[in-house]
This record gives sequence, C-alpha cells and structure tokens, in this order.
Amino acid sequence: MTPDTTTQTLTLAKAINAGLHRALTDDPKVVLLGEDIGALGGVFRVTSDLLAEFGHRRVIDTPLAESAIIGMAVGLAYRGYRPVAEIQFDGFIYPGFDQIVSQVAKLHYRTQGAVKMPITIRVPFGGGIGAAEHHSESPEAYFTHTSGLRVIAVSNPQDAYSLIRQAIASDDPVLYFEPKRRYHVKGEVVPELGRSMERATVVTPGTHVTLLTYGPLVPTARDAALAAADEGVSVEVIDLRSLSPVDYPTLEASVRKTGRLVVTHEANRTGGIGGEIIASLTESCFNYLESAPVRVTGFDIPYPAAKLESHHLPDLDRILDGIDTVMGR
Amino acid sequence: MLTNEVVPFAASAYDSVNFSNDAWSGPVVEQSPEFVQLLTPDGVRVANPDCDSWVADITGEQLAALYEDMRVVRRIDTEATALQRQGELGLWPPLLGQEAAQIGSSRALRDDDFIFPSYRENAVAYVRGVPFADIVRVWRGNAQSGWDPYKHQLAAPNIIIGAQTLHAVGWAVGAKHDGVDSVAITYFGDGATSEGDVNEAMVFAASFQAPVVFFCQNNHWAISEPVGLQAVGSIAGRAPGFGIPSMRVDGNDVLAVIAATRIALDRARRGEGPTFIEAVTYRMGPHTTADDPTRYRDKSELEAWKLKDPILRLKRLLDSLGLLTPELEARTQAKEDSVAAELRAGCIGMPDPAPLTVFDNVYSTPHATLDRERDKYAAYLSSFDGAASSDTSTDAPAGGRS
Repeated sequence: MTPDTTTQTLTLAKAINAGLHRALTDDPKVVLLGEDIGALGGVFRVTSDLLAEFGHRRVIDTPLAESAIIGMAVGLAYRGYRPVAEIQFDGFIYPGFDQIVSQVAKLHYRTQGAVKMPITIRVPFGGGIGAAEHHSESPEAYFTHTSGLRVIAVSNPQDAYSLIRQAIASDDPVLYFEPKRRYHVKGEVVPELGRSMERATVVTPGTHVTLLTYGPLVPTARDAALAAADEGVSVEVIDLRSLSPVDYPTLEASVRKTGRLVVTHEANRTGGIGGEIIASLTESCFNYLESAPVRVTGFDIPYPAAKLESHHLPDLDRILDGIDTVMGR
Repeated sequence: MLTNEVVPFAASAYDSVNFSNDAWSGPVVEQSPEFVQLLTPDGVRVANPDCDSWVADITGEQLAALYEDMRVVRRIDTEATALQRQGELGLWPPLLGQEAAQIGSSRALRDDDFIFPSYRENAVAYVRGVPFADIVRVWRGNAQSGWDPYKHQLAAPNIIIGAQTLHAVGWAVGAKHDGVDSVAITYFGDGATSEGDVNEAMVFAASFQAPVVFFCQNNHWAISEPVGLQAVGSIAGRAPGFGIPSMRVDGNDVLAVIAATRIALDRARRGEGPTFIEAVTYRMGPHTTADDPTRYRDKSELEAWKLKDPILRLKRLLDSLGLLTPELEARTQAKEDSVAAELRAGCIGMPDPAPLTVFDNVYSTPHATLDRERDKYAAYLSSFDGAASSDTSTDAPAGGRS
C-alpha cells in the first residue's frame, strides 16, 4: 500500500497510513503512540498493519489517558524521539490539553531553543458521521490560539500523505487534524512531500468572491462554487491547509482580486479562526473590500445530537447564502 | 523494605504532625510501608538490614562532602531569599529543610540519568553543576529555564504541578527502547500526588515497566493545604496499587535517602521497572517568598521539625565520628561564603534580555505570522530615537516585582 515510487489511488485514511509507514521506515526515531492503534489499527484503521511491521517499540498501544499520551510523547521527545500521538476523537483531546498547551507548545521557548518538541498530534475531527457526543467536535481554534504549535487540517488524500510526512519531519509540534467524514474519499497520491504545509491551495480559481475553508468543508465549498457559477458568480475556493501559520500572502492576493470574502468552518463562530482571518484580512485589504466579510460557521452551541447536526454544520445552501450576502443579493 | 502491598503502619515520630489539619476532619487511615531511618535526629546511626549495605561504601570524607552540600544549598536558599527581599528576584521557592531529600537523592544518580524536576529542586540543580546565577535566572524573570537541560541532564523546571512525572516516564521508555540502563527520576511534592498526571504517570510507568524513579518529597504542605487534605493515609502506600513498589523514608536523613534512591535506581537498571519513594520531610519556610506560613500553620509544628533538621543530624553524626573538625567547619563556611557571593554577583550582574528576544525560539523554524509580528514590532522600536530596539541589553533593574 505504500506509494514508494508510483502514483496510487488511496482513501484519505490509507494515505495517512502510507505517510506514517514511510516516516517509520525512514527514521528509526519516529514512534507512534495512542489508544487502540496497534492490533486494531485505530478505530478508523488509520494505523492498520503498522504494529505487525514495526513492532511494539515503534507502534505503542497505551493505556487510556490522553494527558499521559501527550506527556509521554514529551518525554520521548526529550530523549530525541519524534513521537506521533493519536488522539482517538476530537472531543477526547481536552484531558490532554494541559500537556499540549503548557508543555508541548512551550518547551522550546522555555528552554531557549535547547529542547525540541518534534511531536505530531493526530486528531480525527469534525462532524457529519452521526456519532455520539464528544465525537464530532472542531477544537482547532484552541490550538491556533496557542503559540508554539503549528496547526494543519487536511482535506484530500494527497495532502493527507504529504502533510503527515511534513508534520513528522517538522522540528516544531504539529496538530494534524483529519476530517473524519472524508476518511473514505479516494484520490491519487504521489509519494512526494509536495508543497510546504504552510501554503494554502487555490482549489477553484474565481474572480467575484474568495471562499476560505479547510478540512471537511473543502468539498462542500467546491460544490458551492460550482452552484454559484451556475448563477454567474465566480468563486475562488481556497483550502487553508495550515491554520497556524495562515498563508496570508495567498489569501491577500485573492481578496485583492475578488474584493469579497466568505470564511466557512464547522467550528463555533465565536472565537473561531474565521473571525481571526477576517480581522487580519480586513486590516491588510480594507481598501479592496466591496462588502463586509461573512462567516458561515457552526453555531455557538455544544455539538448537537446526531439528528440535529445537519442544522449545525454549514452546508451547500448556507455557504451559497453567505456568497449572496457578500454579493449584495 | 520495598513494599508491594499496603502493610500496617509502623508508628513513627512523624505521625503527630502528618495529618494535622484543623480544617480537615476526614478519616485518617494509618497504613503505610515501613518508615526507613538510618540516622536519628540525634545523629545516631541505627542499623537497618535492608539498607545498610547500600550505604556501606560511604566514607567519612563523603559524609563530610554531603554535609558541605547541604550547608551550601541552605546558604543558597538564604541568599536567594535575601535577594528577593531586596527586589532582585521576583520570587523564590525555598527548600529550607529539604536539603537531605534533594542532596541524598541527586548524589545517588549517575551522570547519564535524567532528572525531571518541579520548581523547588534547587539543590538538585546545584548538584548537577548548574551555574549559581542560572539557578535564580527563572526567579529574576530573565528566562523560563535557567539552564540547557542537555548540559546537566536536568529538564526545565516545571511549575504545572506533577506534569513532569509523565515526561520522566516517556524519557524512561525511550531509554529502555534504546537499550541503555540510564534511569529517569522525577521530583514532585505531596500536593502533586492529587493531580491526575502523577496518577497517570504511575499507570504508564507500571504498564511499560519504565526505568523511572518517582521521588515524592512529602514536605507536608502544598502552599497552605496540609498533606492530610491531599492524602488520607500514606502517600507511599498508594504506589503498590498501581503495581509499583514503594518505600517511605525519613527525608531528613540523608543516608536513608541515598539508600532508597540507590535501591530504586538499581531496580530500574536491572529492568525491574519503576519505584516510588516518599521522602517524609518538612518545608520549614514558606511555599514561596509570596506566602506567609504563620497564617496557616502552628508555630509549634515548625519548632518540632527544627529538632529533626537534616543538617543538624549529620553534623551530630560527624561529631560522634570525630570528623567535625575545625578544618571542616572552616572549609564549609568558606565554600558557603564564596557560593553566596558568586550567586549574588551573578544575579545582580545579569543583564536584561534584549527586547526582540521575546520572539526567539517560539518555533524551531520560521513561522510567518509570528515573523510579521516581530518585524512590525522591530520597526516600531526603531522608530524611536536611541537604542531601545538595539540588540544590546539594558541595565534596567529587575526589581519592583512582588
């Protein structure tokens, strides 16, 4: 399954698996740790077959304690390892929050650069799979708010493969968000590191509206752009890929071209990164804006029960409504 | 003496204060591993068949060196407290009374063992050769870790209570996987044992049979909260429940601490996994220079503990052995004085960091958003006349913080 030399068609989940496989092969200091990642291969099977190939010292099944998973990764990093920790679901990251924000994020700064924390924390995130409580959250803003962390969210198999390898190779700690409702989306994967994980991707070029998103909503945004095109509105869809740092030069170029801005994400609106991005782009591109930027986001509610999640999650129609708003229609 | 099960409490002189707490009326469960003491408060060496062989090699000269260590770190404490009162340090966490626990345990280590401390292990930093000014660098506000962890095999001090115990487990698992017999030791207080991280660390250490030593300094107070509020029963008695053998030792007895630490290190090096040591000691000063222990504890308690002073009892042993010579006293006094002078000069002479270094080392590699912020601030600073934005340090005093 490893696309060592050739292009393969893989699901997003298999693409991450292939990236992990390659990283484990290339660097003996890479170790995986987390709950159920071994024999089971993770609840989403992202780590399938890795235990059998690399053994218990490289693929470490842990007791069920998120703070300890992250804290153990810190100790391994102190000793020169490059740990890849799996948090089983987005809503389970909070018990590990202190270790992430107080330790992982800060140790390089605290030690004036002496100690590196090349830790990758994989987090399946977002809703749309009809899951139980705590299994559908979008906690990324907590981490983009934390200095010392890099935060990326992937949306397609190629990025999933390339960016997991870049994340593991990074000497900085990386939160790697995986859109769980897109795990089974297939795509072509070439075995390359690709463009820097800091760079955003223009998914669909356009001239009237800039539509920014990441992770699970990228396909939805692309569909919205197609639908808007039918109504004569040209939408430029950009996949942020990196949420910290944000690729502002790419975003600014787009906003200066289109003059209109919509940001969409599943996470709650208040304090979400959409607000931050709009504030920054308003500072740098105010004179180019034709209308007030708009956020199309999840509501400011706890993630709702499965039968209600379709109301909470931005969908094609809500995004189109946002586009209409910035178009003044 | 290693306890794999909770055994009936062996009564000790410590019981009377161990659970003293007017605010807490919960049940007191008296169960604990045996209390290990090799040196009574009067400085009398008592036999202990489990421990004696572990300290049999310690010569009179080495006893004198331990005495010097303890006196020097007590002087570092005194000097640092004075520096704080004089406005040169923002804060200082004294270890007064805990000298034997810290010196005994850290002197038992090998150079390749790695230490994960809290913020009070200043004697451990001294043993690890951290320059004196670097010991107070954090408390002057010049840095968040005064030393390079890899130079001293001593991690950055941790203020989040107990968080470092997990790091020690991770490091130990890494050492085990590397096939070396180096050991991780982690220091924490009695208060930390209430934290989830310490308990999770014990679960992980037991599961992975990590070569790690949990060294708990039960100094009886977590700021104003007495140990009786944290632990109904003995702290060492908990570890066997995690599958970790434990020892409860007199933390004011440097020989008992050395013996216990050596036993734990030996187990770890032989692949027998983690050990938990509860060193029963007493923090004779405040939690930090910001609090006032007279508001939360009885004077009589402190007076009782002064009689168990770790330095006094080693001094009495040396005296009984005929080793407390005027030469030793003079040499120790001279070392104290020179260390204190060097500490003071290093502290006061420490330049403030340059303004733009505030942005350094947030990331290992460039981070575009932060770089924009830094560049903007650099341009702002350079808009002023003068050298406020230059990279040279200012001599502004660091005082004025409470």
